[in-house]
Amino acid sequence: MSSRVEILNDGGYRSDGRKQYELRDITIDLTPRGSADGSATITHGLTEVLVEVFGPREAKVRSQTMHDRALINVEVSLLPFSASERRKRSRGDKRVLELAAAIKSTFEPVVQTSIYPRSEIDIFVHVLQQDGGLLQAGINATTLALITAGIPMIDFVCAVTGGVYSTSPLLDLTTLEENDTPNVTVAIMPRTKKVTLVSMETRLHVDRFGDVFKLACEAGAVLHQEMKVAVESRTRKLVGAMETGPSIAIPGAERGDRDVYMEDNMNDDF
Amino acid sequence: MVEITIRKRPRTEAVVTQRKFFKKTARGKVIKVLRERYLRNDVGCGIQGCSICSSGSQSPPLPSKGGSDHTSFPNGHFVVPDTNVFLSQMDLIESPTFNPPIILLQTVLEEVRHRSFPLYKRLGALVKADDKRIWVFYNELCSDTAVVRNEDETPNDRNDRGIRKATAWYNTHISLSHPPIRDQPRQPIPVATLLTDDAANRKKAEQEGFSCLSVRKYVEGMKNADSLLDTIAVGDNDIEPTKAAMKQRIYPEYLPLSALVAGVKGGQLHQGNFLQNQYNYLEGSVNVSSYDKPILLLGRENMNRAVQGDIVAVEILPESEWKAPTDEVVDQDATLKNDDADESEEEGEDVEAAAEKKLVGSDSSERRHSERQPTGRVVGIIKRNWRSYVCHIDKGSFNESSHALQTVFATPVSRLLPRIRLRTRQAPTLISQKFLVNIDRWDSSSRYPDGHFVRALGKIEDKATEQESILLEYGIPYRPFGQAILDCLPPEGDKWVVPPKQPGNPAWRDREDLRDVIICSIDPPGCQDIDDALHAKMLPNGNIEAGVHIADVSHFVHPDTPMDSEAASRGTTVYLVDKRIDMLPSLLGTNLCSLRPFVERLAFSVIWELSPDAEIVNVRFTKSVIASKAAFTYEEAQIRKDDPKRTDELTQSIRLLNSLAIKLKAGRMAAGALNLASPEVKIQMDSSEASEPIDVEQKALRETNSLVEEFMLLANISVARKIEEAFPNTAVLRRHLPPAPSRFDNLKDMLKKCKGFSLDVSSSKALADSLDKCIDPTEPKFNTLVRILTTRCLQAAEYFCSGNEGRDTFGHYGLASPIYTHFTSPIRRYADVLAHRQLSAAISYAPLHPSLHSKSHITQVLQVVNQRHTSAQMASRGSVDFYVTLALKGRAQRGKVIEDAYVTRTYQNGLAVFVHKLGITGIVTFDKGKTEFDAENYCIKFPSSVTGGKGEVTIAVFSKVSVHIEVEQDKNTQRGKTKMTLVHPVDSTHL
Repeated sequence: MSSRVEILNDGGYRSDGRKQYELRDITIDLTPRGSADGSATITHGLTEVLVEVFGPREAKVRSQTMHDRALINVEVSLLPFSASERRKRSRGDKRVLELAAAIKSTFEPVVQTSIYPRSEIDIFVHVLQQDGGLLQAGINATTLALITAGIPMIDFVCAVTGGVYSTSPLLDLTTLEENDTPNVTVAIMPRTKKVTLVSMETRLHVDRFGDVFKLACEAGAVLHQEMKVAVESRTRKLVGAMETGPSIAIPGAERGDRDVYMEDNMNDDF
Repeated sequence: MVEITIRKRPRTEAVVTQRKFFKKTARGKVIKVLRERYLRNDVGCGIQGCSICSSGSQSPPLPSKGGSDHTSFPNGHFVVPDTNVFLSQMDLIESPTFNPPIILLQTVLEEVRHRSFPLYKRLGALVKADDKRIWVFYNELCSDTAVVRNEDETPNDRNDRGIRKATAWYNTHISLSHPPIRDQPRQPIPVATLLTDDAANRKKAEQEGFSCLSVRKYVEGMKNADSLLDTIAVGDNDIEPTKAAMKQRIYPEYLPLSALVAGVKGGQLHQGNFLQNQYNYLEGSVNVSSYDKPILLLGRENMNRAVQGDIVAVEILPESEWKAPTDEVVDQDATLKNDDADESEEEGEDVEAAAEKKLVGSDSSERRHSERQPTGRVVGIIKRNWRSYVCHIDKGSFNESSHALQTVFATPVSRLLPRIRLRTRQAPTLISQKFLVNIDRWDSSSRYPDGHFVRALGKIEDKATEQESILLEYGIPYRPFGQAILDCLPPEGDKWVVPPKQPGNPAWRDREDLRDVIICSIDPPGCQDIDDALHAKMLPNGNIEAGVHIADVSHFVHPDTPMDSEAASRGTTVYLVDKRIDMLPSLLGTNLCSLRPFVERLAFSVIWELSPDAEIVNVRFTKSVIASKAAFTYEEAQIRKDDPKRTDELTQSIRLLNSLAIKLKAGRMAAGALNLASPEVKIQMDSSEASEPIDVEQKALRETNSLVEEFMLLANISVARKIEEAFPNTAVLRRHLPPAPSRFDNLKDMLKKCKGFSLDVSSSKALADSLDKCIDPTEPKFNTLVRILTTRCLQAAEYFCSGNEGRDTFGHYGLASPIYTHFTSPIRRYADVLAHRQLSAAISYAPLHPSLHSKSHITQVLQVVNQRHTSAQMASRGSVDFYVTLALKGRAQRGKVIEDAYVTRTYQNGLAVFVHKLGITGIVTFDKGKTEFDAENYCIKFPSSVTGGKGEVTIAVFSKVSVHIEVEQDKNTQRGKTKMTLVHPVDSTHL
């Protein structure tokens, strides 16, 4: 009776109407932004994360450069209005630093840093809206932003959160569910079938861990399909634009190579 | 593997697919919450063979033709009740004869949950029940029926609109799934009808063009309307307004809840549990934390419609109006026998009221000042704790030959409750029956609460009826175990045996083989669920090895199974005189777990190495396999031990155990353990089939009883230490808090004044010592009586979770042990099962289930177990009382029953006496005018005019008297009661 909301009711529905193994609605926006070399915005339900990638470029701080590979620098900012309670986090906030460190260590083995010795890749993660699954959204958006920046990676990285309510596993948790259930975030490389990150801050019984872990891996593969489609359609548009040439006016040319949306109806909003 | 999909949500309709609301936090900050809502089109309608919805694996509960036995719906129908129907008419819905196909909307389900959690639980059980046809339709998640709250619409209106929309949807859905076939006449199709008592809602429904009925109208059209109509709760619209307006207020109105909450917070009002005085229906009390003594509530108006168990808010009267509790016995049945249930004769009522006033207001002048208590009045009810009450019908309140609808009184079996007014058509058939009644409401203009009939239990004094009514009265779950629970039993059934010892066998993993050890069990005669067995043997080094072997219930009952949750909710096995309500299915309790002799059984063993002085040298815990060599009764074991000719190993080990037990007991007593007495009696039955109990006898205590007890205590204490050390935050322990010294004030004063003894209650050791000194050489039973009275002053022991309490409060006062738990009876107590699991994790035998790591979960489970434990005790006592009454009746037929008794309390017009031999307490009343009551010295003086030539006689507390005991039935209520009259030293028959 602790919570007013049932996480999973007798009919098998979660509080937002999803079933156990249904992921939230996902939208991907790969529009270039400002001077960033690559950028991506991803939403998982009401969680929205924007990532900008700069580089590879010359390292700002000399002392940190490495002579055999590039340095990956991740900075995370949680915007004050992103959560339901308005709250400003300082730069040194432990939670934020931890998030940044998790993303950094996830991508270090994936990005082919040895191609760019003595340089630096900056990844800026802006959390615009939070509703659970912050780490998963941050990682997925970073993958896409690195791809749009043209930085070579050995594979996609796709992350999904899994949780357990009583004995039933759930996927892609909202804040409400995250607060009430033990949960684990898993990031996989779908092509090589490797796991680059498993992060768990709650206690979860050993017997349940295996199930959730496997499920989250499978869900990562589903997400991968979605991300791949987004990247391919963007590339197709770019290639199409190159063939026609920029001077020829095609409908929506000024934005044709800029906007790649998951959903066609979104195009009309701009 | 499961299918993982991504749920898409249209971005354009944020109004429908997102929910935005504002929430106030505990600190008063307002925050905005935004949540998603995924609307789906695959929500099933639950109708069998529906051509649109694909039914999943299991077949839906609603028949495709709907319910066809209602006169208004010849084509079949489905019922869609609204929230209020469930909130107020749950008894109707639960009634086994009410089973139309019901569509339960998610909106309704959530509203019920929000309004009343207990009702939600009952509803949840109904949805799962096999004999009901209820389908939960998740209308808020279905894209066709989801509604969004409009601006300037209250949440209630929104929900009503949602319910109407879902009902309308069902009607279109049914017609769509029955498409007309060309060249055939259109088939009649069933309809979904809205069931609501809200007239405005009905009107709107009619405008929207679908059928809609009130509950009463609906039930009237049913086939078995007569019996069901009685179970409909009293609604507001049942009384004609003119009559209600004419009625004057009898009780003050309650303050609004917000005022109560503010008052309690501000300290002007006090909140507590209302307790009715069982001897005086015009007096109640409330225990609150801010006063040492309970707050006294005198008279109807001050008690203001509070019912036993309600949580009330009380206002304290000015100190000049404080009073002492009346030392008077006032019987409701006798005083109010002329009250009319219809309340038409206003004058008659005034007479009664005046008589009551006299009873309340009288003799405040003779009140002793020291005894005055804070006195107050109830100004509001914070929470009603009404349940179903077992009642008799009051014969005097109605016309016995009429089958018309009439208003009658139902008298609850419990003396703590007021009479309940009831409207029924079946009054004549209810005479000499016991039945269940629910209270619906208690208006300020009504002297009595209004209720409705739930169901009949059977004939009064019939064994089955009395048994069921005891179980219901104390809220003990007694249904047979369901299939899901029986499925958790080992598939071999009673053929199950301990598997052969092989290295790979999981049952033998980490188990010690103790099959060759000489182990025996000692239990009361006829015991079937043997939880414990013992052994002892000399070790070569001069020490003694002693072992206690407890049935390994946790091997069979795994956490998180239906059997486990059922056992947790039952909490304990309940022993009635002629029936046992098991906590675990009897296959486990009396067979597979029971440590029966000559068969191999799994056990959990505690094995000590004890020095000859019974000091613990070493203790270890292990899972084991044992084969008990004998099952003794206490008597058999005693005889065997005392027989000098027997020198076999088994007898030797009993003697060894006994010698240790004596030393253990001495050690415990030296530490200050209390030796308390409780009035326990045993019912002698002729045979198990006999209808009448033969007689009542006191339980005999032998040396072997103490032997078993000492070792069980030792095992419990050793286990408590171990699990507390392993799980300091979540160990399941048991404690007995030291009583507040003020609880002894009355007893101390009585002992001092009447017998000249003093009671030192500063510690358990001091109490034990001073109890030992309370000996009256002329009255051997006096000491036992004092011990019984002392027991009543103590608090009850309780289970608790070690992380919730301070380390210094873990102690067990009665046993004088710093730490204690229950480990030795896992077959009949659930706390022991938890302790078993924790101990097996502590010795790394099995990992601990996650639920046992959670403090909140354990607290919740133990709360239930504590409550069940208390009600199980009360039920056993109730059952014994019933049989004592039966036995008395039998004896009375053979001649007058006269027994010795001791006075335990004096009233203005009576004495409370305790009949030691029968273990019952009774009241002897007499005319107030003829005797003199001395409250200061706890005695009653009988002037020589009434003693029949014996001169002036004084009877004080602790005096020994003889009483004549009769069992009589109240003529009106047929409530059986024991009536006692004094025989010696004064004959009180004529008083």
